[in-house]
Amino acid sequence: MTATEVPAPDDTRTPGGNPLGFGRMLRKEDARFLRGQGRYVDDVVLPGMLHGAVLRSPYAHARLVSIDTSAAEAHPRVKAVITGQTLESLNLAWMPTLSGDVTAVLATDKVRFQGQEVAFVIAEDEYSARDALELIDVEYDPLPAVVDAKHALDPDAPVIRDDLEGRTDNHIYDWEAGDAQACEEAFAKADVVVSEDIIYPRVHPAPMETCGSVAHMDKVTGKLTVWTTTQAPHAHRTVYALVAGLPEHKIQIISPDIGGGFGNKVGIYPGYVLSIVGSIVTGAPVKWMEDRSENLMSTSFARDYHMHGDIAATKEGKILALRVNVLADHGAFNGVAQPTKFPAGFFHIFTGSYDYPAAHCKVTAVYTNKALGGVAYACSFRITEAVYLVERMVDCLAFELKMDPAELRMKNLLRPEQFPYTSPTGWEYDSGDYPRALSEAMRIAGYDDLRREQAERRAAAESDPSVPLMGIGLSFFTEGVGAGPRKHMDILGLGMADGCELRLHPTGKAQLRLSVQTQGQGHETTFAQIVSHVLGIPPEDVEVLHGDTDNTPFGLGTYGSRSTPVSGAAAAVAAQRVKDKARLIAATSLECSVDDLEWEHGRWFVKGDPTKGQTMAEIAMAAHSSLELPEGVEGHLDASVVYNPPNLTYPFGAYICVVDVDRQTGVVKVRRFIAVDDCGPRINPMIVEGQIHGGLADGVGMALMEVIAFDKEGNNLGGSFMDYLLPTSLECPSWELGMTVTPSPHHPIGTKGVGESATVGSPAAVVNAVLDALQIRAADMPFTPAMTWRALQGRPMRPDLAIE
Amino acid sequence: MMRVSMRVNGAQTEAEIEPRLLLVHYLRNTLGLTGTHWGCDTSNCGACTVWLDGLPVKSCTTLAAMADGHEVRTVEDLADGDSLDPVQQGFMQEHGLQCGFCTPGMLMTARALLDRDPDPDEATIREAISGNLCRCTGYENIVRAIRWAAEHQAAQAREEAAL
Ligand code: FES
Ligand code: FES
Repeated sequence: MTATEVPAPDDTRTPGGNPLGFGRMLRKEDARFLRGQGRYVDDVVLPGMLHGAVLRSPYAHARLVSIDTSAAEAHPRVKAVITGQTLESLNLAWMPTLSGDVTAVLATDKVRFQGQEVAFVIAEDEYSARDALELIDVEYDPLPAVVDAKHALDPDAPVIRDDLEGRTDNHIYDWEAGDAQACEEAFAKADVVVSEDIIYPRVHPAPMETCGSVAHMDKVTGKLTVWTTTQAPHAHRTVYALVAGLPEHKIQIISPDIGGGFGNKVGIYPGYVLSIVGSIVTGAPVKWMEDRSENLMSTSFARDYHMHGDIAATKEGKILALRVNVLADHGAFNGVAQPTKFPAGFFHIFTGSYDYPAAHCKVTAVYTNKALGGVAYACSFRITEAVYLVERMVDCLAFELKMDPAELRMKNLLRPEQFPYTSPTGWEYDSGDYPRALSEAMRIAGYDDLRREQAERRAAAESDPSVPLMGIGLSFFTEGVGAGPRKHMDILGLGMADGCELRLHPTGKAQLRLSVQTQGQGHETTFAQIVSHVLGIPPEDVEVLHGDTDNTPFGLGTYGSRSTPVSGAAAAVAAQRVKDKARLIAATSLECSVDDLEWEHGRWFVKGDPTKGQTMAEIAMAAHSSLELPEGVEGHLDASVVYNPPNLTYPFGAYICVVDVDRQTGVVKVRRFIAVDDCGPRINPMIVEGQIHGGLADGVGMALMEVIAFDKEGNNLGGSFMDYLLPTSLECPSWELGMTVTPSPHHPIGTKGVGESATVGSPAAVVNAVLDALQIRAADMPFTPAMTWRALQGRPMRPDLAIE
Repeated sequence: MMRVSMRVNGAQTEAEIEPRLLLVHYLRNTLGLTGTHWGCDTSNCGACTVWLDGLPVKSCTTLAAMADGHEVRTVEDLADGDSLDPVQQGFMQEHGLQCGFCTPGMLMTARALLDRDPDPDEATIREAISGNLCRCTGYENIVRAIRWAAEHQAAQAREEAAL
């Protein structure tokens, strides 16, 4: 298989009316979801199941003086109350994070953020469990909180992590990438240098389904079964085995239907662990489902990067260098979920899509009295922050040069002949044709007409304040998705490579077992299409199994848009192996030499005599029959693969957003959004477009509405959907999509990931559009009416703190 | 404790409940109708949308007691045996769902819209579903799905009339 050819659209339809291989195919999973027959974690009911609820800290920072659980324990329907002390006796009060730190399962010494877990009640029903939370008496001794990351390293800042030996400050790490010296030299030579402070505020992935689990420890068999909201079931199994000392072969993690993940369901939360401990303690299955405010306040946040960028250029607008200093707010525990060697994730891909030789970044991470997390919300390991930074800096440069931002981008984009391209910070971009994507977006947008309209509107607005201000914003992004290879990338020592097993039954129907797990991406359909593409059997004849560690091979899971780049490749390679083996078997059945066989439409046939051949179904039957197979060929028809990706895949795209800003109210209306994405060949264009739509809505949400802010006591001000605003159908325009197709040269079917592209690429386009409307160089998102109003007055606010 | 009885999806149901029991929990836990979902604490997300006497309500902010003696309809009742309601077909045809978590609420809202306005334009559809959050689809294909349903149910009605 070569990757460079784009598969020609095949109009062949299967008996089920589906495309053979790639093409628009309705989703298999819809049949159950549309009937209300999805099975999500909260739908799991087991005989004798009990219900857990978590007591959480009202304070951002306080010493625990005492906990009295006696009244709660006396509640007639309560079965057990677990505190940090109970866990200490089991050596489970603390657990490792994915970043070499530890985090409290239940607080023992102090609480370190508002919403932190303090006690766990197990009762016969959920209402009683929550009633009993009210009966627990906790005495706290409040401490001053570190709320503003900018003051976390002040000499008099309270030390948050006094649980760690020898800790005297809130510093986590300093980390750098790139060449500071080369940057220095480039800046010295530059005609123009523009500097800007840019905040990417704390946001939350907020999938519609919150996190939860149902744990059942069977005392007789010693088997632990956990139904849980996880994007990485195999990694969770291993972590439970390592942390709790449970035998791994006796742990089954089932991640059934998942109501959206977006990175929120990668980590292991105290509630999961508590449901397991609860089941061990009570001997009954225990369900724990968080409510929405628990989800927003305590589970993995995203971003919270305070960035300072400097960009250097010639006066003609040729970019020479980009430098960035980041203050990263990691919350009270360093619980960032990313490959071990990448403490700032993939942030150092911040040079973006442009051609310049010098770049440098320095990231300083600090503890604050806020929830842990940092890598989540479809961010591709912080490429969202990276793209936001570079795309804002390019616009700042355009502002200073008084140059059209499209022209400035065109002048600096990497050219197709530069690929594969090694970036100044060491990434090897696999393939791309960037100018083509930007031209296509400008064509769809009618860019010149838009600029003309804008000029007319600005003229009209001078005399009439009711004329809305029109803004046009661009962004161009390069993503890097599909982590490993395993030698460079691991999570908790587990190399990032994924297994897959393909088995053809005697009648030619197939089962494909995947390590990755779907949270709405439609794997049951897309992966069947991959097998269909290679083997020529109808996708309806391929059943995809996933989300159950007892029935699938090991792998690291679905996040960072890695399913198609990694497991998609695994599935294609497995199918190719089956196809190769089928050829050997067909040659035996047809009594000809292997070299005499040709492949077409799911069939091996004898060259020159198409009537003499065998379909995959016939070969599958032969493989299981009494046919004498040649030396070295085993019976049956299956393959198992562990795919270790040679590199990331680098999807890219060009986005244009058009907004109207009401000067009298500060309300921003997104009028149009044009998105041209290139993710290589599209397996199922319908699903790809759907994923892009969802990501564009994220961009509008982050740019205009979503933020988790704090007051000076460290109270979380985004703890419900009344405070943490998600975009509705009214804030979202009708998306206008376009595409270009540049296959990945190293992926067996040329495909690149796409799940997070639009979330990564779109926020900058919206923000650039708002600032273009306001005709100011910088202000921070989200552009709520109040924030926009203040920016219009020339007094922009910090979004992350309710402190002035 | 109190006794409630209500018709749910055409069948009479009855149970002894706590007066504070939410309708969403009555449906999900007491009756086992888990098609109706729960997604927030503040009546914002619409994942729990069901019909009460023919009108969409958020069952997370309705007490089961308030439905006593009334008629409730949930997503499980939309399909007629094997044949899907046009809104269900539309969601499938136009890829109006991804993770499926918001879908039952969206479907109940959409069905109610089309019952009251069989030919809504895009703005009307967006307004109608603005109380239902979806984190996956960016709403585009949900709007298209509802338009698909409007067009196809009109066509189906014409065909039936012609018979
Ligand atoms: S559960 Fe969110 S509105 Fe009812
Ligand atoms: S389909 Fe996932 S929330 Fe709507």
